[in-house]
Amino acid sequence: MNLRKIFKYFFSDIIRSKWIPVYTVLLFALTSGIIYFSRDGQKAFISLLNIALYLVPLLCLIFGSVYNYNSREFVEMLLTQPVTRRSVFLGQYLSLGLSQTAGFVLGMILPLFIYDFSINAALLLAAGIFLIFIFNGFALLVSNMVNDKVKGVGILIAVWLFFAVFYDGLMLFMFYYFADYPLEKTTIIASSLNPVDVARTFIMLRLDMSALFGYTGAVFKKYFGSGAGIYVSLLILHLWMIVPSFFASKKFKRKDF
Amino acid sequence: MISVNGVVKSYGKSFKLEIEKLELKKGLVVTLMGPNGSGKTTLLKSLLGLVIPEKGKITVDGNNISGESDYRNKICYMPQSSPFPPNLKVKEIISITRDIRKKQNNYDYELYEKFGIESILGKKAGALSQGTRQRLSAALAFMFDSEIVVLDEPTAGLDPYSSEILKARIIKLKKAGKLVLLTTHIVNEVSELSDRLVFMLDGKIKVDRDSFRTPGGNGKEFREMVSKLFMENEPAKNI
Repeated sequence: MNLRKIFKYFFSDIIRSKWIPVYTVLLFALTSGIIYFSRDGQKAFISLLNIALYLVPLLCLIFGSVYNYNSREFVEMLLTQPVTRRSVFLGQYLSLGLSQTAGFVLGMILPLFIYDFSINAALLLAAGIFLIFIFNGFALLVSNMVNDKVKGVGILIAVWLFFAVFYDGLMLFMFYYFADYPLEKTTIIASSLNPVDVARTFIMLRLDMSALFGYTGAVFKKYFGSGAGIYVSLLILHLWMIVPSFFASKKFKRKDF
Repeated sequence: MISVNGVVKSYGKSFKLEIEKLELKKGLVVTLMGPNGSGKTTLLKSLLGLVIPEKGKITVDGNNISGESDYRNKICYMPQSSPFPPNLKVKEIISITRDIRKKQNNYDYELYEKFGIESILGKKAGALSQGTRQRLSAALAFMFDSEIVVLDEPTAGLDPYSSEILKARIIKLKKAGKLVLLTTHIVNEVSELSDRLVFMLDGKIKVDRDSFRTPGGNGKEFREMVSKLFMENEPAKNI
C-alpha cells in the first residue's frame, strides 16, 4: 500500500525535474535527425541501436545516481515515517526506471513508430527497458555504497566504460590470444557477463542481421540457434535486471542515514 | 516508553556511540546536550531507525524496534535541516506524510495555523527560505498528535517569534503527557523547557540529571552546571 504512495511521490518529483524533459528531447532530436538524414533504413536502425545500447545506459547511471544523492534527505524524511526500507527502495527504483522508460518511449520509440519501423521499435523498446532498469540498479547500488557524490559518479562512469568499451577489447584480446583453443562456451559465458552485449545479441538474433552479430552474437546463434538464443538472451537480461537491484536493496536496508 | 540498552554504533575509529542504559518516560521534556560530534544526533537517529546499531536493543513501549517500521506511527521527528524535495509543493509534502501514516481522526493544526502554512501550500519546497522550511518541518512534527516527538535543534534557523510559539507548543505537549526528546546548544532553552538533561560526550552519557530547575528560579544553577561541563570537557578538541 505504502509502496504505491511512495512511488507516486518519487515519480512526480522525478518527472518535474529538468532531467527527464532534457533526456526525452535529446533522444527525440537524435532519433528524428538520424531517421531524417539517413537514406538507408537499416543503417539508421543500427545508429539508433548504438544510442540505445551505449548512450541510454550512461544517462541512466548518471541520472540515477545524481538523483539518489540529491534525494538523500527526502529518503531520510520518508524513513522517519512508518514505512519499510523495502518500500522506499522499491518506490525509488521503480520511479527512476519508469520515468526514464517514459522518456525513452517518447524520445526514441515514438519517432520510430511514426516512421514505420514498428517491429524494430518493439525490439529496441524491450532492450531499452532492460538496460534502463539494469543500469539504474547499478546507479543505486554504487550511490548507496559510496557517500561521496563525485566519487560515486566517477565509479559509475568507470562501470559504463568497462561495459561499453573495455569489455569488447578484453574479449578481442581473449579471442586473439587463445585463438587455437575452442572458445564457444567461454564466449557465451563471457558475453553473458556484459548486459550491453546481451541486449545487442537479443536484437541481432531477432532481426537476423548476421553481418552485425559480431563474434559473440555469431557464437550465440551457432550454439542456441536464433529462436532459443532469443529466449536465452531474454533470460540473461532478466537476471541482469535482478542482480544489481538486489544488491542495491540489500545495501539500502543496512545503510545509515 | 523508550528504552535503550547496551547500544553501540561506531564510525570507523573516529567515533563510537556507547549507551549502556537510557530510559525515557512519558510526560517529560528530555534534552540531549553536548559538544558537536558527541553523538546526540546518532542517538536520535538510532531511535528512529535511520542509524542501525551494531549491538544493543532499543524498545518503544516494550517492542524491539529492530527491523520494524510500525512503531514510527508513535513518533514524529523534526530534523536539523528540513529535507524536502525541491520539486514538490508544500501541500504534496503534507499529503505524503498524512498518506503514509496511520489514519487518525484528529490532526493537530495549531502550529500549521500559527506558522501560516496555509499561505505557502502552493509553493514548491525548493522556493522556500530555510526558516520557512523549518516552520513547515515543525508543523509536520506536531500535526499527528504523536506519543513521542523528537526534535533535533528545533529552534535553529527559526525567528524569535516562531521559536517562542514552538517552545510554548513543546510545553503544552508535555502537559498532555507526551514525551519530547530534543537536542539543543542553547542553554537558556534547556532551562526553560527541560525536565531532564542528558549530557553526552564522545558518544557516552556523561551526565543524566532530573529536576535541575528550582521552582520560580531563573535556571542559574543549571546554566552554571552546563558551562562547567563544557569547560571541563574542552569543547575545542571536539570541533
